Amino acid sequence: MSQDEEMSSANNLPAEQDHGDGELAVKGDNPFADPGLPPHEHRRTDIDEKAANRAERQVAFLFLISMLATIGFIVSYYAIPKSQIVYIFLLGRVSALNFSLGLTLGVALFCIGAGAVQWARTLMSDVETPQERHPIEADKETREFVFEEFKAGAKDSAFGRRKLIRTTMFGALALVPLAGVVLLRDLGPLPGKKLMETNWAAGKRIINHNTGEPLKPSDIQVGSLTFAYPEGLSEEDEQFQEKIAKDALMLIRMRPEDIKDKTELDWSYEGIVAYSKICTHVGCPISLYEQQTHHVLCPCHQSTFDLSDGAKVIFGPAGHPLPQLKIHVGDDGFLAASQGFQEPVGPSYWERP
Amino acid sequence: MKAADWADGRLGIYGLAKSNLRKIFPDHWSFMLGEICLYSFIIIILTGVYLTLFFQPSMAETVYHGSYTPLNGIPMSEAYKSTLDISFDVRGGLLIRQIHHWAALVFIAGMFVHMFRVFFTGAFRKPREINWLFGFLLLVLGFFDGFLGYSLPDDLLSGTGVRFMEGAVLSTPVIGTYLVMFLYGGEFPGNDIIPRFFTIHVLLIPGIMLGLLAAHLILVFYHKHTQYAGPGRSEKNVVGMPLMPVYMAKAGGFFFLVFGVIAAISAIATINPIWQMGPYRPDQVSTGAQPDWYMGFAEGLIRAMPGWEIRFAGHTLVLGVFIPLALFGLILVVLALYPFVESWVTGDKREHHILDRPRNAPVRTAFGAAWITLYLVCMLGGGNDIVATHFHLSINDVTWFVRIAFFVLPVVVFIVVKRWCMGLQRKDKALALHGRESGNMVKLPHGEFTEAHIPLEPEQLYPLVSYDQQVPLKLPPAVDENGVKRKVSLNTKMRARMSAYYFGEKSQIPKPTVEEYKEIASGHGGHH
Ligand code: HEM
Ligand code: FES
Repeated sequence: MSQDEEMSSANNLPAEQDHGDGELAVKGDNPFADPGLPPHEHRRTDIDEKAANRAERQVAFLFLISMLATIGFIVSYYAIPKSQIVYIFLLGRVSALNFSLGLTLGVALFCIGAGAVQWARTLMSDVETPQERHPIEADKETREFVFEEFKAGAKDSAFGRRKLIRTTMFGALALVPLAGVVLLRDLGPLPGKKLMETNWAAGKRIINHNTGEPLKPSDIQVGSLTFAYPEGLSEEDEQFQEKIAKDALMLIRMRPEDIKDKTELDWSYEGIVAYSKICTHVGCPISLYEQQTHHVLCPCHQSTFDLSDGAKVIFGPAGHPLPQLKIHVGDDGFLAASQGFQEPVGPSYWERP
Repeated sequence: MKAADWADGRLGIYGLAKSNLRKIFPDHWSFMLGEICLYSFIIIILTGVYLTLFFQPSMAETVYHGSYTPLNGIPMSEAYKSTLDISFDVRGGLLIRQIHHWAALVFIAGMFVHMFRVFFTGAFRKPREINWLFGFLLLVLGFFDGFLGYSLPDDLLSGTGVRFMEGAVLSTPVIGTYLVMFLYGGEFPGNDIIPRFFTIHVLLIPGIMLGLLAAHLILVFYHKHTQYAGPGRSEKNVVGMPLMPVYMAKAGGFFFLVFGVIAAISAIATINPIWQMGPYRPDQVSTGAQPDWYMGFAEGLIRAMPGWEIRFAGHTLVLGVFIPLALFGLILVVLALYPFVESWVTGDKREHHILDRPRNAPVRTAFGAAWITLYLVCMLGGGNDIVATHFHLSINDVTWFVRIAFFVLPVVVFIVVKRWCMGLQRKDKALALHGRESGNMVKLPHGEFTEAHIPLEPEQLYPLVSYDQQVPLKLPPAVDENGVKRKVSLNTKMRARMSAYYFGEKSQIPKPTVEEYKEIASGHGGHH
């Protein structure tokens, strides 16, 4: 016996008979002894035939309602047009078809259940009887027999003696799953530099998300948030979703003297600044803007960035500022990127410098 | 008869029926919680199969021209379009969608409540530890399958969840970007994620769950159900009514009750109206985005965590996202392993079929309550924006409250609940020894008034006094009989310390004894 076992069996467990053993106690001797199962108390339906008949009718009535409800379901399915909207008190305007199908089905099912439970409670015997439990553990003989058998089997296999077989078998079994692992390789490409790159590059014009037209500085008003994407990106593009997931841009205009960060000022144009719209936390698009403070807020987990100060995180779980895009106005008078993003956009990851 | 004989000749069903047809099940409302899980699972499978007949798990672009006019002419994925079709053009399709979603919510809520029924009554003790683990796996798989299902319609809300997952997986140290590329088949969102999620959601996870479920139920049959203490009930028997007919009718009927209620809810309360969200685009988002309730816990962890990022040697360790991810797993695993910790502390190797009343296991009960508190604090954090706007608080304050409460509240709740349990034990003890208050005042010989107590009937007394009470483990003397210093392993020392905590006088009130009872009964004539 190990020390642990010795201790636990020795002194800290309560005695087994604490629960009583189901036998009737001798009255007066041990007041805490198990008094045994109480006698069965009859229900009305057990002794009164009339009550039992009434219960039968109740159960049958519930089953009957269920049948009617199922018929109601089928009628609704064919009779109610799928576009019909009805006003229902407290619920507002709802689909008539959904409402009636759901309620009739609900009633049809519920009444079957209610009928069955009522039947069980009133008419089936409610006498509680004990049934013996048997220990899960096998007895000693069985245990020893199993070990003998196992030993005999192991000996027959010569598994312990023939070391060469054993070693090579383990080797083969360990290697064969590799085939399965290799097969997973084509689940996707290797990351490479993919997450580092966007479609923004020097000279790319900035397209207004709402109009699809290139933006001029005069299009961007103080106090509004403008969303944009790079020239050349189209919704018809097969990879539009992947591209917009990284390229989405937002622009605001401030008074240049309100810009606190030196680089930010250098990368702006007459108080217009452009930032990645993709939150650096886990990648939601930023959508809320507070004009007075020039804070933008991500609606997913409320990370808040100060666009007047290098998009520093001032609240929330994001770990670094939004990347800024350096912009200028080209000879044609339209806003354009002066270079690509200088750091990856979106959520952070291990390879991010 | 003939058919049964035929089947018996091939399957040996009589042998099975002999021990199971009239198998006894104990009756208690809390034993129906597991059934709710079972039935909602069946409902999920039935409605889910129906949905697969119409749903297109594809991210190919198409343009909508169905009956829901506000979205007419809008480009969207096949997945989103087919979900709209199920909602507006397949008669009854909306109802089945709603039932499927509601049943999933009931399923996971049911598993939680069922799990805590098992936890607080100590039903996880030997021989049921493995069934506890099966159940736990079902819960975790239920979480994941729910999340995957939520992602399939490819609407703005579900796409936001899929994006969240990308960010979370990306945060994994070293291999994050590789995992994302392999999972999404390239850069987010790609064209593969919905078909892949679909297969996992409808085939892989439900398949595993079905197997676990069968094993779970077989073990319930094999172990026989636990029961609460009461007259005639012991560790060696199980008292109740037979499977046939009583439980067949009750359990079978209960299935229809659950199904009926979920169908009616689905008629009345709209859940996940994907048509209001619009199709997913990575540069758009709806405000107030919320996952289904059970993921609120993960959402809270992610929202409350400060945005720590560590830069070194050209790499970034994204602790702000990775720590919540790891905590999510850790907090769940702690609960899964609790039964093993407790059996290590008690050293108890016996079978337990009589359930504990939660008050009689104060440390366990307090631990469970603390765990639930932690869970709820995180859930609250998951809705910090809703809490803030609803109660006109600053979101900053709410977040700080969550951060502090995360560490403090579980401890407070632990202490309070443990005391509460001991208070209840004291009350039970007084009740057992002195009996019930009668409401009658009696005058004692020396003139004092006191309330007469009526001693309890044996069947009322028995459940109050028939529970196990362990005493703390004692270390053997430091020096053995021969004067040699005993070596006590660290493991044993820790066990002794834990045992002293669990079963010392700070954690339980000594059980009433027969001697005390007899003395009071004789000395004071049954009252006082
Ligand atoms: C798919 C989800 C689940 C289903 C369908 C399910 C079903 C059931 C049913 C029908 C019973 C017998 C009735 C009862 O005691 O309530 C049961 C018992 C049990 N369940 Fe679950 N359960 C599920 C999840 C869980 C979870 C999450 C846990 C805990 C981690 C768990 C642990 C147990 C244990 C230990 C028992 C034996 C209880 C006893 O005999 O007192 N189950 N389960
Ligand atoms: S994704 Fe923006 S705060 Fe989480």
